[in-house]
Amino acid sequence: MKPTDIKDPDYFHKVVDCQWACPAHTPVPAYIRLIAQGRYSDAYLLNRDSNVFPGILGRVCDRPCEPACRRTRVEEEPVAICRLKRVAADHRDDITDRLPKKPENSNGKRIALIGAGPASFTVANDLAPMGYECTIFEKLDKPGGLMRSNIPAFRLPEDVLNEELGYILQMGVDLKLGHPVGSMQELQDQGFDAIFVGTGAPKGKNLNLPGRDEAAGNIHIGIDWLESVAFDHIETIGETVLIIGVGNTAMDCCRTSLRLGAKAVKVMARKPRAFFKASEWELEDAEEEDIAITVNHSPKAFVTESGKLVGMLFELMDYDLDDSGRITEQRVTGEVMIPCDDVILAIGQENAFPWIEKEAGITFDKWDVPVIDEQTFESTRKGVFFGGDAAFGPKNIIWAVEHGHQAAISIHKHCQGDDLTARTADYIELESTKMGMSEWRYSNAYDASDRRQMEHIALVDRFRKLDIEVELGFTPEQIATEVERCLNCDMQTVFDAPLCTECDACIDICPVACLSITPNAPEADLRAIVQAASADQALFTSTELPLSGRVMIKDENTCLHCGLCAERCPTAAWDMQEGKLTIHYAHDQKLSAEQ
Amino acid sequence: MTSFVKPKIRRKNEPVNALNKVRADYDGTASTLCAGCGHDSVTASLARAFYELSIDPQQVVKVSGIGCSSKSPTYFMSDAHAANTVHGRMPAFATGAIAANSALTYIGISGDGDSLSIGLGQLAHAMRRNVDMLYMLYNNGVYGLTKGQFSASADLGSTAKKGPANELPPIDPAALALSVGATFIARSFSGDREQLVPLIKAGLKHKGFALIDVISPCVAFNDHKGSTKSYAHTYQYYHKAVHADYVPPSEEIMTAYGEGELMPVELHDGGTIRLRKLDGEYDPRDRAAAFAKVLDGQDKDEILTGLLYINEDQPDMHARKNTGPRPLNQIPYAELNPGAEKLAALQMTMR
Repeated sequence: MKPTDIKDPDYFHKVVDCQWACPAHTPVPAYIRLIAQGRYSDAYLLNRDSNVFPGILGRVCDRPCEPACRRTRVEEEPVAICRLKRVAADHRDDITDRLPKKPENSNGKRIALIGAGPASFTVANDLAPMGYECTIFEKLDKPGGLMRSNIPAFRLPEDVLNEELGYILQMGVDLKLGHPVGSMQELQDQGFDAIFVGTGAPKGKNLNLPGRDEAAGNIHIGIDWLESVAFDHIETIGETVLIIGVGNTAMDCCRTSLRLGAKAVKVMARKPRAFFKASEWELEDAEEEDIAITVNHSPKAFVTESGKLVGMLFELMDYDLDDSGRITEQRVTGEVMIPCDDVILAIGQENAFPWIEKEAGITFDKWDVPVIDEQTFESTRKGVFFGGDAAFGPKNIIWAVEHGHQAAISIHKHCQGDDLTARTADYIELESTKMGMSEWRYSNAYDASDRRQMEHIALVDRFRKLDIEVELGFTPEQIATEVERCLNCDMQTVFDAPLCTECDACIDICPVACLSITPNAPEADLRAIVQAASADQALFTSTELPLSGRVMIKDENTCLHCGLCAERCPTAAWDMQEGKLTIHYAHDQKLSAEQ
Repeated sequence: MTSFVKPKIRRKNEPVNALNKVRADYDGTASTLCAGCGHDSVTASLARAFYELSIDPQQVVKVSGIGCSSKSPTYFMSDAHAANTVHGRMPAFATGAIAANSALTYIGISGDGDSLSIGLGQLAHAMRRNVDMLYMLYNNGVYGLTKGQFSASADLGSTAKKGPANELPPIDPAALALSVGATFIARSFSGDREQLVPLIKAGLKHKGFALIDVISPCVAFNDHKGSTKSYAHTYQYYHKAVHADYVPPSEEIMTAYGEGELMPVELHDGGTIRLRKLDGEYDPRDRAAAFAKVLDGQDKDEILTGLLYINEDQPDMHARKNTGPRPLNQIPYAELNPGAEKLAALQMTMR
């Protein structure tokens, strides 16, 4: 096996599982260390650099970081990364002075942003301080996109949303509310230097079953219904409600129903629990509120009596699963009618662009989805960019933020006449964390504490109003424990082969047996020696060791970054070095002429 | 918060042995030896060997004398019985314990000072009696705990850290053991686990006295240029004569080697030591050949390693004395002490 190239910025980035899994590559261990030091404002700003909305995402992020967390290799539960992000937001001081300012002069370039959601706001956040004149067009009379219309206030309080959107508006962004864009061509004629489409995936899927039209008054499309609730257009619902679908929207629909007066809410699933799309924690939160989730019921018809909905007919399903849990066969074993007053459909959503004319020069594929470059986010029309759910269909807020960052880079390069694909590469700096004998500049000791559980407001107090936030945030004691659970995966184990005396001290002290010294061999053989089974992480292989010509190998997957190898090494061949990854945004892109 | 104590962490899908124990169950408390000490490496090899043999730590007795090496039983198998005895007197202590209870597994740990200077007579007689134990001699050529004076195994001309050369000829533990009747004699190196772990397993399963002379560099006082027991020197002059693997009774001997290269030695427990020739026609079952080979290695300044001699046919101490296998603590008092009448009768036979 060839020696590992640790200079490749992706190599150590990948070792920081949470950061690598985060679409916006938030430097998680670094901000958790700042929280541990009580530097909440610094932690907030570090978050903001990459994910723009720490207060919002600290509550409602889809958390791709948590399933990736290294902690899950030694115990069941990951570090509560998302909730620690909220800690930074909750406890920060007034940081408005430290945010990018509205520039004194415009650079003369005008950017139109369609839809006031997280993608457009991220583009504006990146470009406005550089002098770009950003105008956001929004059809509703409040900004935020799905963050306001689809996420209920009991999960995301309105003032948190307003404050973080406000930071960006203060950078000199022109927000035009109640201003739907009805025609792409008209907008193109207004002389903008670039157009960004961040209109999300606003079209909820319908369920065309018998009785649909007759009972239309009591059948609601989930995301439209949530929006109506958010904007106070709907204030009540029937006593018995069925939610069709088990994604995160379904969880928001059922919990919102309870707050509008529903007494019995059932979530109806076509398949068994293993197939649910909702995040496990959102399912738990709904079940805590006594929501019943019924599996293996496939909708067949809406049942009406004298033109009014009285229930829904379901087919009872039976599935055969193979060893890997896939469905191999399904059967209908019977039918059942479940009475209800209202049905909410939460079975998916798609993007829709009825306002983009064929003549606008934007190519759509056979599924009516715009053709977008995955790196630059440019459509087939030069100067028109897409991001968020509008680009590649429904994802989540953190993806929208990353799309926004990337589109902002492209818009900047487009406006400066630069090659869109000539993007400044990431780089990593490594710096030793050794402070002295048995002392490192990070908390290296393995803390065996379990994940702290988020306290919720009591059930009796919860349903009085629609906007009572359920999660209370971590207590100081919970913060102090949870930060110590982070393994500091960005404290990299860096090996200097010429210094090694092959004394085996590192191998012996390693608590997870991830090291070995062995004659070089093909990768599969070396992996077997340290039981490096996960293909997601690399096997580090050193250059030849000076004394025996063997190589040092290390399984990056099981390493817990405790630093004991470096602690025991008599020659400092192993060192714990902080890997600081620099990711470039629009403002620090080098244009081709400068590179 | 900084720590250098190895935490106990149970990994998911961590391998277990036949007793359902993980390798970490064979660890001890944190080592207080110098970082990079060869002894820690040997300790890890011992823990691995016991783990792989699925020996219950509570059925093991660790005994040691005085010195850096003799501290190291603390650093593995915390659940085993142990005694840190008097300087150089560990073999006598072990002999007594084994006489009382031969059902346990005995491992003695000692250094070149403890074994070859103050305890040389003790070691020689334990070998002569063929006491059934594994004796690990951690050999680094210096008295590390008293800051690096030459020991009795220091080679002629080898220099101390501050410069002066050793003027006395070394005692070679392997040559000594051959001359006084040890029945399992091996040499290895702390840095070569592939060789050392199988040797430890074979030594534990051998019925009789097993000596492993293991070169274990002293990183603080004898790892410099001019030392013949440094990591660098050992890696350079290291010569493998023969490779030994222990094959448990339940497993068949793999015949992956060429004709004549494989030399099986049947053990009393039904297992087999499988020897693989690495150096010509050398056969470690031949005592005269072993002597010649060891002396030849000395002449060539080679560090000759592997299982150098094995004799599974010599009776061990219990067999020679015809003493039963029952531990004394399991024999009822009435049987152990048959009473005054029986004593008087016995005394009569000697008048």
